[in-house]
Amino acid sequence: MKPTNTNDPEYFHKVVDCQYACPAHTPVPEYIRLIAAGKYDEAYLINWESNVFPGVLGRTCDRPCEPACRRGRVEEQPVAICRLKRVAADNKGDLSSRMPKAGKSNGKKIALIGGGPASLTVARDLAPLGYEIHLFDEWSKAGGMMRTQIPNFRLPESVLDEEVGFVTSLGIHTHFNHYVSSMKTVLDSGYDAVFVGTGAPKGRDLELPGRADAGKNIHIGVEFLANVAFGHINKIGEKVIILGGGNTAMDCCRTSRRLGGKDVKVIVRSPFSDMKASPWEIEDAQSEDIPIINNMPPKSFVVEGGKLKGMIFEKVKAVYDEKGKRSLVPTGEPDEFVEADDVIIAVGQDNAFPWIERDLGITLGKWELPAVNEVTFQSTLPKVFFGGDAALGPKNIITSVAHGHQAAISIDLFCNGKDLVKDRPAPTTNLFQQKMGIHEWSYDSQVVNDLRYKVPHQKKEITLKNLKTEVELGFDQQTAFKEAQRCLNCDVQTVFTADLCIECDACMDICPTSCITFTGNDEEDALRKKLIVPAENPTQDLYVSSELKTSRVMVKDEDVCLHCGLCAERCPTSAWDMQKFMYGVTKPAKIL
Amino acid sequence: MTFVKPTFRHPALTKNAVGFTKADYEGALSTLCAGCGHDSISASIVQACYELDIEPHRVAKFSGIGCSSKTPTYFLGNSHGFNTVHGRMPSVTTGANLANKDLIYLGVSGDGDSASIGLGQFCHVIRRNLNMTYIVMNNGCYGLTKGQDSATADRGSINKSGVENRFQSIDLAALALELGASFVARSFSGDKGQLIPLIKAALLHPGFAFIDVISPCVTFNNNDGSTKSYDFVRDHIDATSPLDFVPEEDEITLEYDPEKPAEVKLHDGSILNFYKLNPLWDPTDRNLSVERMNKARQEGHILTGLLYLEPSTSDLHKTLQTTAKPLNTLKEDDLCPGSQALDKINQGLR
Repeated sequence: MKPTNTNDPEYFHKVVDCQYACPAHTPVPEYIRLIAAGKYDEAYLINWESNVFPGVLGRTCDRPCEPACRRGRVEEQPVAICRLKRVAADNKGDLSSRMPKAGKSNGKKIALIGGGPASLTVARDLAPLGYEIHLFDEWSKAGGMMRTQIPNFRLPESVLDEEVGFVTSLGIHTHFNHYVSSMKTVLDSGYDAVFVGTGAPKGRDLELPGRADAGKNIHIGVEFLANVAFGHINKIGEKVIILGGGNTAMDCCRTSRRLGGKDVKVIVRSPFSDMKASPWEIEDAQSEDIPIINNMPPKSFVVEGGKLKGMIFEKVKAVYDEKGKRSLVPTGEPDEFVEADDVIIAVGQDNAFPWIERDLGITLGKWELPAVNEVTFQSTLPKVFFGGDAALGPKNIITSVAHGHQAAISIDLFCNGKDLVKDRPAPTTNLFQQKMGIHEWSYDSQVVNDLRYKVPHQKKEITLKNLKTEVELGFDQQTAFKEAQRCLNCDVQTVFTADLCIECDACMDICPTSCITFTGNDEEDALRKKLIVPAENPTQDLYVSSELKTSRVMVKDEDVCLHCGLCAERCPTSAWDMQKFMYGVTKPAKIL
Repeated sequence: MTFVKPTFRHPALTKNAVGFTKADYEGALSTLCAGCGHDSISASIVQACYELDIEPHRVAKFSGIGCSSKTPTYFLGNSHGFNTVHGRMPSVTTGANLANKDLIYLGVSGDGDSASIGLGQFCHVIRRNLNMTYIVMNNGCYGLTKGQDSATADRGSINKSGVENRFQSIDLAALALELGASFVARSFSGDKGQLIPLIKAALLHPGFAFIDVISPCVTFNNNDGSTKSYDFVRDHIDATSPLDFVPEEDEITLEYDPEKPAEVKLHDGSILNFYKLNPLWDPTDRNLSVERMNKARQEGHILTGLLYLEPSTSDLHKTLQTTAKPLNTLKEDDLCPGSQALDKINQGLR
């Protein structure tokens, strides 16, 4: 193999698994260290710069970082990254003096359609540059799906209001209760660029026999949640069936429990293991006495005398072919009738742009997904940009934020007449030494053995009584410190300088997880096999040095490196050094 | 500074035939200088014991005083250990071995411990052919007292303060050979490929097995002009032949062929394979070994590898005709069988 090019910003970035997996590339280990140090303000601001909604995400994020966490490869559970983020938000002080201000007007005018996370991110990123930003939303407050789809018992309104407020207070012109019904009108209003962040607002329906007769006792999940959020619905029948196995279904069933539902069931058509909902949300639903019944596709609604009585379900089992493709095969058992006063259909969302005229040059493809460039988020009409669920279909908040950052860069480049691809700014990277003295590092290099701490929950008797009582209480400061110490500091990189190495093997001998091998060079596949412990995780890179004096090379398998710094401590010549790698997604303007 | 090694290990770490991973053979975190050759030797001992499927509790490790003699803390943390008096490791090991011949004895010493204060003990343990492995971690200086030249420092070697050594050095391997050791080897801490099989062979050798391991002192003797620095040793190393140790369980069939390894059968059926760089090299020929060592010394080369091996040797217990059972397991009844047994002996002498 060729020597690893550590100047490539992505090489070390990839080693920081959590940050790499995060769509917005939030510098996770950095803020976790700050939380451990009790510097909650700084931890919050690092988050805010990167993901705009730390308080919201610390409660509701889909956590792509956690399955990626290296800790999960050396023990059972990853670091509770998401809930640590909440600790920063819970304990921060007044940050108003450290927030950016709206810039001096630059004469450009931008329209943001939809007030969700993507649009708010664009607004936050562009406001310091002096853009005149107009934000349109059909509801009375900004927040989009964060407000309409996430129940208050998971996300208190005050948390959302504060973080939405940080953005709207940057001189944003908000137009609430304003449903944009024509893109043509927007385009004719003289905006220099238009950003569409309207989400995937259309909940799918199930056209089953009896659907039309059942009438008002059948609800579409996303609409139900929005109606609850704005107080239009405040009670539900005692027996409720929720159809669907995603996070919306989990929110619907838990909301139903708080609106008077006593016998609430989630019924999914496929096996339990194929449910799309996050494992922790399933767990929380189950702990509120909500059974999840699997392998039962719905067949029809049973309506008697104009009133919904229940639903009939078929019984199936999953059969997988050689390619692993699933098909649901009837088991032959008789169909089952399940009683219900109300049914909530939460089987997916679709994009919908009834307000975009089809002759404007904005191409909408399959399932109404707009044709957008996945790097620049520009549509086929150059001044129109899409982001969040509106751009690529339903994902999650953090993905919408990441889209917002990229769209903001594109809009800024576009408004300045620059090329959206060629002139795109590179990420910022920085490597700095952590040495404080002989064998002393400026980070806590000791690896603790603590297992993952559980976030305490409020008692069920209390939470089920009130829609607004938050279930999770969050970590207290002491537990947060202990959980933070579980972080392996993967951003503190092991940097190797071949010229300094005297090949004493000390690093290879000391490495607790046998990551380092000195051996003859070879092609990658062969080299992976001949390491002390073969490198069998192809998603993790090999760090290969240039040729050493004895014509061997140093090969480090990044897979289970603990970043404990022992290789550098045992290195007599500082050929190994621990250096903190900071990777930042460049924003149109400096935020902090 | 890290005082405790993290307990996480590579999840794919394999177990040997007796159910242990390599981690089970490790000891405490080393407190020697970063980059010390001794740590590589410790790691080689760990690897050798792991590969030989030795249960850690079957090993007894002994040492004297010095940097080298601290190392037993850093390997085989689950074995028996005795950190003895300066230069007196051989006599304490002799006592232990006589009491319980069932354990595997591993002595670790340094050039000061063996070539200066303990030279007498060194000679006598060889003379008695005690069944043990004796490893000298040889760095040519007294590292623990800030790097004065030791008795193994070569004449002409320059120490860290720029002073040339004017005295002859003691070549411990040559001395061992001269005194009749049945297994003599020399190696280099930076060459695990050679050192690990040598340690494995030595551990299973049924007599006194000596390995002189050149182990650079990174702090006091790794300077230009030193003959025991990493660079000097790498530039002047001259291996007898690459070798490979095959324990008796692994059946192999090999014929003599200059291109193929020559094998030397050990008493227990284990086999040492020699990949002959020099077809004339025969490690069982003592005269040839002496000649080769002298030649290398004259030429300023460091000859490493297995220098001499006596395949059928007679260790101290055999010579003394001790009982088959270890002495420490003999009960009073065994030792004083009573007047009947005495009568029987007396009858036999009439």
